[in-house]
Amino acid sequence: MGARPIAVLDALRFGDPADPHTRHLVDGIVRGVGGYGNCVGVPTVGGELVFDPSYQGNPLVNVMAIGLLEERMLILAEAPGPGNYVVLFGSTTGRDGIGGASVLASATFQDQDPSKRPAVQVGDPFAEKLLIEASLELIDRRLVEGIQDLGAGGISCATSESADKAGTGILLDLDAIPRREPGMAPWEVMISESQERMLATCRPENFEAVREVCVRWGIPIALVGLVTTDGDIAIVEGGIGPDGGPNPGATEIARIPAAALTSDAIVHYRLATPPTRHRQAPAPGIPLTAHDGLPERGMDPAAVLAALLGSPNLSSRRWVYEQYDSSVQSNTVEWPGHGAAVLRVKGTKKALVATTDGNQSVSAIDPHLGAQLSVAEATRNVSITGARPLGITNCLNYGNPERPEAFWQLQEAVRGMAEACRALSVPVTGGNVSLYNEYPGGAIAPTPEIGVVGLLDDIATLVRPPFTTEGDAVLLIGKSTPGMAGSAYAALAGISAEDSPPGIELDREAALQSFIREAIGRGLVASAQDVSGGGLAVALGECCIWSGLGAKLRLGILGSPAIELFGESPSRLVLSCRPRHAPAIELLARQFGLDSNVLGSVGGDRLSIELTGMGATGAAEERGSRIADALDVSIADLRHTWDHGLARALGVEQGPVHDAEAAGTAASGKGN
Amino acid sequence: MKIGVVTFPGSNSDVDSINALTVAGVEPVTLWHESPELGGVSAVILPGGFAYGDYIRAGVIARFSPVMGSVKDFAASGGYVLGICNGFQVLAESGLVPGALLRNRSLRFAGHLVNIKPERLDSPFTRAATGEPLRVPVAHGEGCYYADDATLDELERAGQVLFRYVHDDGTPAIDPDDKANPNGSLRAIAGVCNAAGNVAGLMPHPERMSEEVLGNGGGMQLIKSLVESAAEWEKAGRPAPQLRIKVEAAR
Repeated sequence: MGARPIAVLDALRFGDPADPHTRHLVDGIVRGVGGYGNCVGVPTVGGELVFDPSYQGNPLVNVMAIGLLEERMLILAEAPGPGNYVVLFGSTTGRDGIGGASVLASATFQDQDPSKRPAVQVGDPFAEKLLIEASLELIDRRLVEGIQDLGAGGISCATSESADKAGTGILLDLDAIPRREPGMAPWEVMISESQERMLATCRPENFEAVREVCVRWGIPIALVGLVTTDGDIAIVEGGIGPDGGPNPGATEIARIPAAALTSDAIVHYRLATPPTRHRQAPAPGIPLTAHDGLPERGMDPAAVLAALLGSPNLSSRRWVYEQYDSSVQSNTVEWPGHGAAVLRVKGTKKALVATTDGNQSVSAIDPHLGAQLSVAEATRNVSITGARPLGITNCLNYGNPERPEAFWQLQEAVRGMAEACRALSVPVTGGNVSLYNEYPGGAIAPTPEIGVVGLLDDIATLVRPPFTTEGDAVLLIGKSTPGMAGSAYAALAGISAEDSPPGIELDREAALQSFIREAIGRGLVASAQDVSGGGLAVALGECCIWSGLGAKLRLGILGSPAIELFGESPSRLVLSCRPRHAPAIELLARQFGLDSNVLGSVGGDRLSIELTGMGATGAAEERGSRIADALDVSIADLRHTWDHGLARALGVEQGPVHDAEAAGTAASGKGN
Repeated sequence: MKIGVVTFPGSNSDVDSINALTVAGVEPVTLWHESPELGGVSAVILPGGFAYGDYIRAGVIARFSPVMGSVKDFAASGGYVLGICNGFQVLAESGLVPGALLRNRSLRFAGHLVNIKPERLDSPFTRAATGEPLRVPVAHGEGCYYADDATLDELERAGQVLFRYVHDDGTPAIDPDDKANPNGSLRAIAGVCNAAGNVAGLMPHPERMSEEVLGNGGGMQLIKSLVESAAEWEKAGRPAPQLRIKVEAAR
């Protein structure tokens, strides 16, 4: 489109981290993401790594790329102007990608079936780097009229999509397409998904200049066809003559209206049936009896917190992201590891804030709610920096849509996503789907992966999750609601089978995000962290670990301590501020209709949370019988547990935290 | 004054060197790998990346490019050349600086912040440094500095070791398995120069830490050092090579 790719985020999902095959996949996929991203010179700045048994036979790799586009550079993926040349440049076309996405994605893996293995494309990041540079130069010099990358469906898709978009047709000279190997059948050439190729349209008088650019970057280029007026994709064997028609003796081997393959393609109305085991989420606001009762008096909530922070899904992802180049292009302000990625925009005071989130565990129970929660969490992670979410993209990872239950999950997710985006006023600017994610052991948990990009007008106002200053007040904004199903706590400790996930009120979520942006804009906030995986205790633990600062807090327990400490009900955040700003923040929260509570203050080297019953003074004797013991743990211990959790789960070696990284946390806090 | 930044096919950190030079107030000139023309620059930076894909061994193809012939002549005539990351690998493969860069001891790409400390502040590449440890990124898979013991002894004696990986307190991370030594480099060597002192290479990226907004502006000390040295050489009428580092300054 003319945009320079400036960042990549990768969301990875695997099965059991203790399984040797999973470990092999994690290692290879991390090397793959790193190897390609590092070589093309696009920093990998964030993402996710989630382990869930449902991915055991079908891991997911979702990648989001962010580009920066100068308005003058905008170019569309279309083929305008009858008589214009259609050129193909980049790598040659081989058998390596025959039916890649279309075959792999439309059939489930069977171990006995080797026929799909050769369909996997072979990537070449060096070729891609050259292709990116050549494409941007062609666009910058206005040598091409339209440009489209070759993805799923290869030349077939690229030609029909770009012709249909421009209302034109394309006459394609099959013999002119450079091949990687001899003897390829026409259909193989047409659907090969060999990587690192582009299709562009140029005026005939610009062709020599286009060729010169490609040759200079060392990229093969071929004139493969002409833009026509008839709206058809016509494929000719035997060459095209100077008059724009087939050579004498040439044969037209295929002709189809471009629209028939794209905008006017067959629409499938699939059968959608909710699974019988599906249970409705509790209606918002209706309290449920907590069945878990943990941790109760005599049980140590600090041990639960440590177990959560050291768990494969919540521990530090350092072992992964230290294999990525996160700093190339000199834009990275917030490196991976501490919430959303932040990239400055050169030549301005602005910054882009980006994140990915996807909630598969609630989606497995309620795909509609799971999609709403995913949108809410992803946008919240952007809003807590002070940035305004500009839009979302998504990858919808689901099972075989020909199965009514799987199609129902997809349908529900789209409905949930749409509702959440309307409530939060964020457009969906793009996305894609990954269906047929099934294997003999079953289907994956429905996974609505949401990517968000937000804009921060002045990078000097950026707020980060770690605490910044001893003596600051710590506030909880929003209130917890019942329901522990789908939480990290539930995966660790188990919960009652009747329990449901916590619901979401989208208006409240929108109010919370508006509130925090407003509070940050007024300069009231020192740090802000959202409450999500692992609940309030994990959010507070992260604020402490990442800053090296402890906190002394009191938390009122209305119902179950487990729900208050480890529940994952949405629309909540933890912030810290100068004590004198706390009243203004509480007032602002009330104006947005939100609950707020001053929990205590930042300081010391321990995280200490005293749990108080309703109306209790806090003295241990006065606590209700169900109130757990206080949580009191050293930050150094929490940090050690959190930092080593992933390496331990994967059985890999990881050295101690690098000196410079610890220093970096403190130094980067300076900006606040 | 102009400073050149070479773009090989596969260079990706050329934008970082160009950015740092611009921030330093110097006009960057992009130099194309196929052209022997250096455009009258006063210094050359070989930037980070994966020149020609680095499929065989980092830097091994780049040494044969037309621009490298000119860079060799430029260095021989006394001009300053700084290789960063892949640029260091290219310099080592070209024989312009001593030693070799092997795969990281972890056999994994290393992308994180490290501390490096200039060994001496009287070299053309460190003259504007404070001497305190600099916190800068590394991003490489082949950065383990290697040379035989006799060479290492000679480099230390001659004062050609310019940077070492250090802990926060400035003590060098000599043990190759020390995490503060990101790639297992022998004697914690992060950067060296040639005997004449006008060609230097280092694995970390000072140019990516040349502005406060990126975390700290410490890397600018090294960019400024290069700019000052190049300006001085330009002003003196581009004199022939002379020993730019004092051997007696070695520890």
